[in-house]
Amino acid sequence: MASASDCISQSGPGLKERNYFGLSDCSSVDSSAVSSAHLESKNNMNMKATELRLGLPGSQSPERDSDFSLLNSVKLDEKPLFPLVPSKDRICTLSQKTIATGNKRGFDDTVVGFSESKTTNFSEGNWMFNATGSDPGQAKLAGTVISIRPSGTQLAIKSEVPAKTLQESTNKIIGTNTANAPAAKAQVVGWPPIRSFRKNSLVTTSKNIDEVDGKPGPGALFVKVSMDGAPYLRKVDLRMYSAYKELSSALEKMFSCFTIGQCGPQGAPTRKMLSESKLRDLLHGSEYVLTYEDKDGDWMLVGDVPWEMFIASCKRLKIMKGSDAIGLAPRSVDKCKNQN
Amino acid sequence: MAYSFPEEVLEHVFSFLSSPRDRNAVSLVCKSWYEIERWCRHRIFVGNCYAVSPEIVIRRFPELRAVEMKGKPHFADFNLVPEGWGAYAYPWIAAMAEAYPFLEEIKLKRMVVTDESLELISKSYKNFKSLVLTSCEGFTTDGLASIAANCRHLKELDLRESEVEDLSGHWLSHFPDSCTSLVSLNMSCLGSEVSFSALERLVARSPNLRTLRLNRAVPLEKLANLVRHAPQLVELGTGAYSAEIRSDTFSSLADAFSACKQLKALSGFWDVVPSYLPAVYSACSGITSLNLSYAAIPSSDLVKLISQCQNLQRLWVLDYIEDSGLEALAASCKDLQELRVFPSDPFGAEPNVSLTEQGLVSVSEGCPKLESVLYFCRQMSNAALIAIARSRPNFIRFRLCIIEPQAADYLTLEPLDAGFGAIVENCKELRRLSMSGLLTDRVFKYIGTHAKKLEMLSIAFAGDSDLGLHHVLSGCDSLRKLEIRDCPFGDKALLANAAKLETMRSLWMSSCSVSFGACKLLAQKMPRLNVEVIDERGPPDSRLESCSVERVYVYRTVASRQRLDIPDFVWTLDEDSSMRYS
Repeated sequence: MASASDCISQSGPGLKERNYFGLSDCSSVDSSAVSSAHLESKNNMNMKATELRLGLPGSQSPERDSDFSLLNSVKLDEKPLFPLVPSKDRICTLSQKTIATGNKRGFDDTVVGFSESKTTNFSEGNWMFNATGSDPGQAKLAGTVISIRPSGTQLAIKSEVPAKTLQESTNKIIGTNTANAPAAKAQVVGWPPIRSFRKNSLVTTSKNIDEVDGKPGPGALFVKVSMDGAPYLRKVDLRMYSAYKELSSALEKMFSCFTIGQCGPQGAPTRKMLSESKLRDLLHGSEYVLTYEDKDGDWMLVGDVPWEMFIASCKRLKIMKGSDAIGLAPRSVDKCKNQN
Repeated sequence: MAYSFPEEVLEHVFSFLSSPRDRNAVSLVCKSWYEIERWCRHRIFVGNCYAVSPEIVIRRFPELRAVEMKGKPHFADFNLVPEGWGAYAYPWIAAMAEAYPFLEEIKLKRMVVTDESLELISKSYKNFKSLVLTSCEGFTTDGLASIAANCRHLKELDLRESEVEDLSGHWLSHFPDSCTSLVSLNMSCLGSEVSFSALERLVARSPNLRTLRLNRAVPLEKLANLVRHAPQLVELGTGAYSAEIRSDTFSSLADAFSACKQLKALSGFWDVVPSYLPAVYSACSGITSLNLSYAAIPSSDLVKLISQCQNLQRLWVLDYIEDSGLEALAASCKDLQELRVFPSDPFGAEPNVSLTEQGLVSVSEGCPKLESVLYFCRQMSNAALIAIARSRPNFIRFRLCIIEPQAADYLTLEPLDAGFGAIVENCKELRRLSMSGLLTDRVFKYIGTHAKKLEMLSIAFAGDSDLGLHHVLSGCDSLRKLEIRDCPFGDKALLANAAKLETMRSLWMSSCSVSFGACKLLAQKMPRLNVEVIDERGPPDSRLESCSVERVYVYRTVASRQRLDIPDFVWTLDEDSSMRYS
């Protein structure tokens, strides 16, 4: 997201992150960078946010007040049902900052912090489309074009929209034909909105045309993935991966929260990094193995056959405890470890 | 009251009211009308299975014959609702098995139905006639076997788009020889081959069969035989439409189709071999509905077939049709009302076909009755949308999916606010809208201002701030269902419009900026809303209250807020803001 963050800083102070806890040392954090410093400062804010929550109402920072008064001046048609100033409820709800803790799918690099120019619009009460482009939502032309949304609210935690996809759309808006576009797009969950049965039928349907054109049929192949001890199933599209390694790391990410348990009250911004590597260790340490049910209904260890053959016969996946997997295949669990 | 009608007269009058809304309105007039109406209500529609409980329904309506119900929210179709969330049919089936021995029809959508439920249905209702399972899951072909075997008067078995665990095709053979009542059979979602001779005999002994939708496993060579047994068919779904090219297969098929004088709808068409398409030409003049959404054939072949169908009203097709094909469609099918264009290669980086916004523009211009559209494409412009809106102010459903999230107007690089704004401004009867592309808060202002009849809105990767959501919630008077993903909408708009949520069926927000604290506040203030926090990271109170929740699903309910089937990753917030676990 380098280009986007460059654009952000070029746009001046308007896009600086707001510091609602009055912690001047934590200001001007570039929210688009997922760096350890960022995480660390977030961690600091976590701690301090915890402290502040116990404080008296009314002890907010001046910025916060102005934010709420701006909203009041907007004259929402609906009478606000709730006071927008934190009440005696002690709920720290309407702070403008989300601490993206415990988020294993953090999308910190898309949404940036609060925009000053946006608040100006608020107080104007002017909603008409301004052709001169002062509306910050509009993608600006002439060079520095950004597809950011100066969000008046918290950092959004998005699910699995990889930086690459936004990079592409950003570049599209810039008008450059990006060399970044991968051969197959990294996939956003549930997008485009096509039902699974339709996606799965594209696999063989498209072969008719694609063989003529000489292109490989893309399609999608969704299979259910379950894990011993996890309360629910997930679905993965096997066609998004071209090798066992990719599949296994995707599954590690997906199921990491179950092996580690709940995150503690501090959030644990490092949890994300911790859990993936821990799961990997677990898999490599043979505590869990990846198995699949093939077309004949037999359960096999994943990794025994060439990848193409595997996706052609795999009906569903299961992450089993290593001890349960003994006897699944003639191969030892070690072999599975090597595959991973 | 001296001047009131006797009950029988009122009951007779009410019998002319079929729509649930009319009946609901009638029941609100006064207590005696409420009583009379509830005793003579035979059909019920429950839009959200958690909005009410089986006990409440049974208590109020003792004489039901037909129940229609929906379960999971729409975004479950796209894997946004984790498995195991809920919508189990069994509690309803079990309760109704006791209460309604004369129940005849069950229609379920997006619910989890088990074999146990199916068996219970088949054994509990002596007069059971119709089972329609749309986008359901959780059952196997064993459950179907129970239905086939035990429902003596079965007229309809329709499994549209359900996910069935296909253990074998043997279930079909469980229809007894004495079963001659079938009117509609839709098994298109099944994978396994059924015994062809059993199928043939079933079709041959069902003189009332109007709808037959086969699955892909039924080969083309066998299709002619089946069709020959049922020339009275109105709707036919073929199996795989491919075979070695042989003239005897072709002529046999063509003959069979020429005997079908009532055919109105064709679907199926998996694995199409274009040379076999002319076999259906004799039926084309009567065809009003054509589902070619699995037919991976080039535009020219599609057009040849479509242009035979001058009376076409509904077309579902893959984007292989391309702009040129849509132009031809616009020229030949002036009665077209509904068009759906699905993507053949949604995950490819580059377009594989020449289908752009122009196709939709042509159809909107050329088809004066077009009112419902679902269109997947890779580029769009405000100019095109404005043109579409101006040509076709009679849209009631407009769903546009530009494959790249947040794609701007490809000509001007602007957001598509003006385009969608034109749609809502011109199409005053618009009831359903799904948007995509680069959109700012401005489009929501337009929607809130103009879309007064809008009932369902789907938003993804759009908007700048809470103002967007506020416009929608405060402006859209008829809004019933709102589903949002990946938008920077947070607490303010939600809390400021809390009362609005009780006038709607449901609100879904995933990957937005709604904090856990706001969810608690909402639940506290609105006791008749169920606020479900669906979060796979563990209990929300292990994080800060200002943390955004992964998903929140809010729906009005008169049932208890604590549903008994709640899974580990869902938290329902209660009056005292405490959280309940499963």
